[in-house]
Amino acid sequence: MLSKKQARAFFLGGTLVTFLVFIGLTVYSLSDGNDQTNKENITESVIRGKKIWETNNCMGCHTLLGEGAYYAPELTKVVDRLNLRYDGQGDEVIKSILMSQVPWQPNGRKMVAFGMTEKESEDVVAFFKWIGEIDLNGFERIVSPLAKDRINN
Amino acid sequence: MKYKSQKVAYWFFALSMLLLVLQIIYGFIMGFARIGLDGLHEFIPFNTARAVHTNLLVVWLLSGFMGAAYYIIPEEAQRELVNVKWAYVQLISLALVGVAAVIGFHFNIWEGRKFLEIPRPLDYLVVANVLLFLGLILTTLFKSKRRTTTSLVLSMGLLFAALLYLPGMIPFDSQVLDSFFRWWVVHLWVEGVWLLIMGGILSFLLIKITGVDREVIEKWLYVIIGLTFLSGILGTGHHYYYIGVNKIWIIVGGIFSALEPLALLAMALFAVNMYRKGEKKHPNKIALLWTLGSAIVAFIGAGLLGFAHTLPQVNLYTHGTLITGMHAHLAFWGAYAMIVFAIISYALPNLTGRKFYDSSRGRMAFWLSNIGMFGMTIAFGVAGVAQVYLERKFSMDFMEVQKEVSIHFVVLIILATLFTFGVSLYIVEFIKHGRPTDEALETLDS
Repeated sequence: MLSKKQARAFFLGGTLVTFLVFIGLTVYSLSDGNDQTNKENITESVIRGKKIWETNNCMGCHTLLGEGAYYAPELTKVVDRLNLRYDGQGDEVIKSILMSQVPWQPNGRKMVAFGMTEKESEDVVAFFKWIGEIDLNGFERIVSPLAKDRINN
Repeated sequence: MKYKSQKVAYWFFALSMLLLVLQIIYGFIMGFARIGLDGLHEFIPFNTARAVHTNLLVVWLLSGFMGAAYYIIPEEAQRELVNVKWAYVQLISLALVGVAAVIGFHFNIWEGRKFLEIPRPLDYLVVANVLLFLGLILTTLFKSKRRTTTSLVLSMGLLFAALLYLPGMIPFDSQVLDSFFRWWVVHLWVEGVWLLIMGGILSFLLIKITGVDREVIEKWLYVIIGLTFLSGILGTGHHYYYIGVNKIWIIVGGIFSALEPLALLAMALFAVNMYRKGEKKHPNKIALLWTLGSAIVAFIGAGLLGFAHTLPQVNLYTHGTLITGMHAHLAFWGAYAMIVFAIISYALPNLTGRKFYDSSRGRMAFWLSNIGMFGMTIAFGVAGVAQVYLERKFSMDFMEVQKEVSIHFVVLIILATLFTFGVSLYIVEFIKHGRPTDEALETLDS
């Protein structure tokens, strides 16, 4: 029968081994050649856009890379999606929503009126475009508006 | 109670209950917004309500864990806390940090990173607060000759929880890396070290309630937390499938996530078996209900419902949908909220000297809150499955889908009302116990 000492060894040993493997996999997946985070395309504008994304807690309603609050649309590939709907005017639509002084209210659900400057809204668009180019292991095709890209069609 | 300094636990529990009430109120604000009743939008938009709802959850659970530690550690170490005054300082500063963060959320002061919205200056205060707490707990343990496995596991959980807060404070330019290391905090907390804390509390309660030999309970505690870490650490991979990192995580995360329910199943079987094995029948039936309930509901909410969408091929479609809300509600309720309720139910009669061991109000609180939460989970689940099919499979527009599923949020609100009624009864019971008193010393504890 298992003794308390053996049980403790199982806990400590198992934890140590899996933690080391976890660190190893982290290093592996972020090392050159295996990295797919699209880091080479991060510009100053993208960084500013990310900052705006965070300081306004956009994730408190939207999702991005599938992470957020499910109250407002997924914004991975949002530029593509709006381009399709608004005849290539995706950038402009996003900018006008972000710059609006009154709440944008599609289908009745209100968004906070952020009243951003043109430059700020351009940074957010740059951030969304950068997000849209990340290889998401197939998820980008689930949220893409382009039928030929969709893997469930 | 056996030691005067245990009384400080009461105030941590009281803070817990207060913040829980606020958390529920903000939950209702979100629920109503989802069915179109968003009259508060101008003052409390959804993102504010959401940040308040999740952060208050974290703070009230932490306050509950800290209260549990202040109650359990003196009893396990068989000595008073090293310094009670500093414990009260820590309580007040915790409350102030929590309140300041919540107020800030209403004025666009936050970091906007899911679950870790607290702005950076307050992060440092959180760290200082937790260090003070750990200092008090660990010095008490260190000064004692008696170091039990239960107290060590509980302290280890609290120490690692503090350490793991740090990766969330590293700044990144990349959204992907930001997310990657944010999960080091969030996942390794809730599916890792918080389960150590839960295990420690559970073990303490089982020793007290069932009377089964400490050696037996603590041996199995090691096995269970061993299984938790074995599956949970690499299980972090299920957050990495589709956020822009290498496919290796799909394989590793998929396999180890599938093992996670086993650890929780082991915990549920452990709790039930110890209860059956125990010859001592402690009169505190309410504490027993919450203790066994916690282990069982944690298995269903965290184990089974987690497994329901951590398979990579399923998660490809459910990632970023209401399915996550379904899993999260029952998981947090079962594993953490209920264990805090369990330790409070056990500790209160001992702290106050009032033996409400088996009141019908206490039982009603347990059943109504659980039925309410199960119902809410089902409502989230139905809405989530509908969302996945309509939006992800049939490419319907997000808001069109939201209109289709809004009826499930009406159901959700009704069940949340039932849940709230149950929790209210629990809080009434809490208040009826009155304040902790020195007269309760040694007279009641087993």
